[in-house]
Amino acid sequence: MGSAMTRSVAGWQWVVLAVLVIGFAWLVLAPWPPGLEEALGRKKVFVNAILNGITLGGLYFLVASGFTLIFGLMRNVNLAHGSLYLVGGYVGYETVELTGSWLLSFVAAFVVAGVLGLILQVLVFRKMEGQDLRQTLVTIGISIVAADLMLWIWGGDFYQIAAPEILNGATKLPIISSIKSDGTTVWLTYPVVRLVIFAASVALGVGMWLVLNRTRLGMMIRAGVDDRDMLGAIGVRVPLLFMLVFAFGAGLAGIAGVVGGTFQSLAPGEDSRFLLVSLIVVIVGGMGSIPGAAAGALIIGLAEQLGSVYAPTYAVALTFLIMVAVLAFRPQGLLGRT
Amino acid sequence: MTDLPFRTTAAPASRLTDQLASVHPAWWFLSLLLLVMPLLAGDFVLVQIFGWSFILGMIALSLMFLGGYGGMVSLAQMTIAAIAGYMAAVFGTSSVGEISMGLPWWVAVPIALAIATLFGVIVGALAVRTAGIYTIMITLAISAAFFYFALQNYEIFNGQRGFNGIRAPVVFGVDWRDPVAFYYLTLGIATLSFLFVLYISRSPFGLALQGIRDNARRMSAIGYNVTAHRVAAYAVASLIAGLAGILLTWQNGQISPGTAGISAVIDILVIAVVGGLSHPIGPFLGALLYVLLRTFALDVFSMFGFESTRFNLLVGVSFLIVVLLSPDGLIGLWKRWRDRARRGAR
Repeated sequence: MGSAMTRSVAGWQWVVLAVLVIGFAWLVLAPWPPGLEEALGRKKVFVNAILNGITLGGLYFLVASGFTLIFGLMRNVNLAHGSLYLVGGYVGYETVELTGSWLLSFVAAFVVAGVLGLILQVLVFRKMEGQDLRQTLVTIGISIVAADLMLWIWGGDFYQIAAPEILNGATKLPIISSIKSDGTTVWLTYPVVRLVIFAASVALGVGMWLVLNRTRLGMMIRAGVDDRDMLGAIGVRVPLLFMLVFAFGAGLAGIAGVVGGTFQSLAPGEDSRFLLVSLIVVIVGGMGSIPGAAAGALIIGLAEQLGSVYAPTYAVALTFLIMVAVLAFRPQGLLGRT
Repeated sequence: MTDLPFRTTAAPASRLTDQLASVHPAWWFLSLLLLVMPLLAGDFVLVQIFGWSFILGMIALSLMFLGGYGGMVSLAQMTIAAIAGYMAAVFGTSSVGEISMGLPWWVAVPIALAIATLFGVIVGALAVRTAGIYTIMITLAISAAFFYFALQNYEIFNGQRGFNGIRAPVVFGVDWRDPVAFYYLTLGIATLSFLFVLYISRSPFGLALQGIRDNARRMSAIGYNVTAHRVAAYAVASLIAGLAGILLTWQNGQISPGTAGISAVIDILVIAVVGGLSHPIGPFLGALLYVLLRTFALDVFSMFGFESTRFNLLVGVSFLIVVLLSPDGLIGLWKRWRDRARRGAR
């Protein structure tokens, strides 16, 4: 097997990828011929499902990236991550109710969830260093207690966080929805708030990647993932680093709660739903990998939305099948390290 | 590293009488008490306290078997039980005539058990590809996916409503729905599962499994097929969970997605851990405590002036206390108390 062989295979793969990308871009951008509309339904539905999937993926990335960051650095499985999400959402809701500022609610949610995460790290995970199972059990216990406390405080109602006025309404996208019989083009419209939130999560993801790969702090974190004893031996204060990362990861879950509360709604049970989402995203993407979390979140978001449009009863099964396929063929996850 | 607990030569076959004589008197007393229970307790206690405890105990037992002997904490056991229950409803009789096939119980129950075991083996085959803490995450994800799937699927699982009107059959002229009969049915099957797990734990297979739990690489090096042993353990556990699932459906007369909801899945873990993962009796102790709490917490709560809906808070806090104070659950507490009492006596 020469390198020419591998290179030619790689080249062939690039061609396939390019064809797929161009085909996909055509599907999204061009008006559909009638035959395609017959087979797949209206174009608007398809493009909306794609956009919803991508923006939902942004939300999933926010939740899962904190989870995977904590797991990657500390090997701590924090099954109370969903509770942090829901706490963040409720705190954000209360902040908006009190101050009327949507942006402030992100700060409040980040701080509250981050502090809770800090407490969790100091009181639970540090006390039980290296006892994986016990840590997991304790976080399960905490999530049960937290769920009931939140039910006590906020009740079983649905809460929705109001986005500020500017973000309400929809915007026109440069995507043709359809062409009317009189020749006028109908452009696709899409809620602004979802686009803004998606852009913010992309920015956050890129920012996290930059911090991890281009700064001294990121270097320490990556070194901690590889060998935390050695990192401590060369003089880095590992416990402090762990606290920082844990608080940041928890804070991300809190922010995600506000986003989720604006996108969708907050209610009891959302905590376990988003814990499940984090688990699946991280299993699919690869444990401890930020790009993996992004890939996993995008795949799961798209699968859920496309599934719910084209095969409503099997949307969950589709997500599940993706997870099974990844586990069967690549147990470490798509971008996970062996 | 201590050596693996292997007997290199088989112990001389001890006669049955010797084995029976070596059983601690407390077990005899317990057996007798459980056998005469219908004379002491009413129908409610028999079915809703003991029957339910035996059933939940069996599901938790299957988790204890995987977790305690195999080192694999699987959160899929409740789901496997629910699948058996669902399949018993699909192949047997229920009031949902469009889906239920109405086969006799001696056809429906084995099919249900086979499907549940097959599902458990698939879950196991997926879960054992990764190790340790990943098992919890993967099995939790699988259970949650099943819950949402059953909620949305109407062709097989009849969606949110599930199945009702599922009855325990009449066999040998006995109506097994009758409280006393159902009590003995659950007691019998729970005892069999308990003894089966105890037997397996001392069999070559069980010892190999415990060896794999302690050091998989070493076991692999001396020629054991680690993956095969682990998947086989899932098969055994699934069979027990499946039996319990069918009993649970018969007890409730219905099954719906909530039976395998996320909180129910977690409850099984709570039961097994609170009871203790080091001996098969642990899950049953945990289950009895759970059922007692679940049944009487309302009264106790209102006695102290609390809102009666805070049951999960109670469960969560007691679970936390047990995990923090006694990692090996009620069994651990009891063992420590016994050791202290012995030391005091000397």
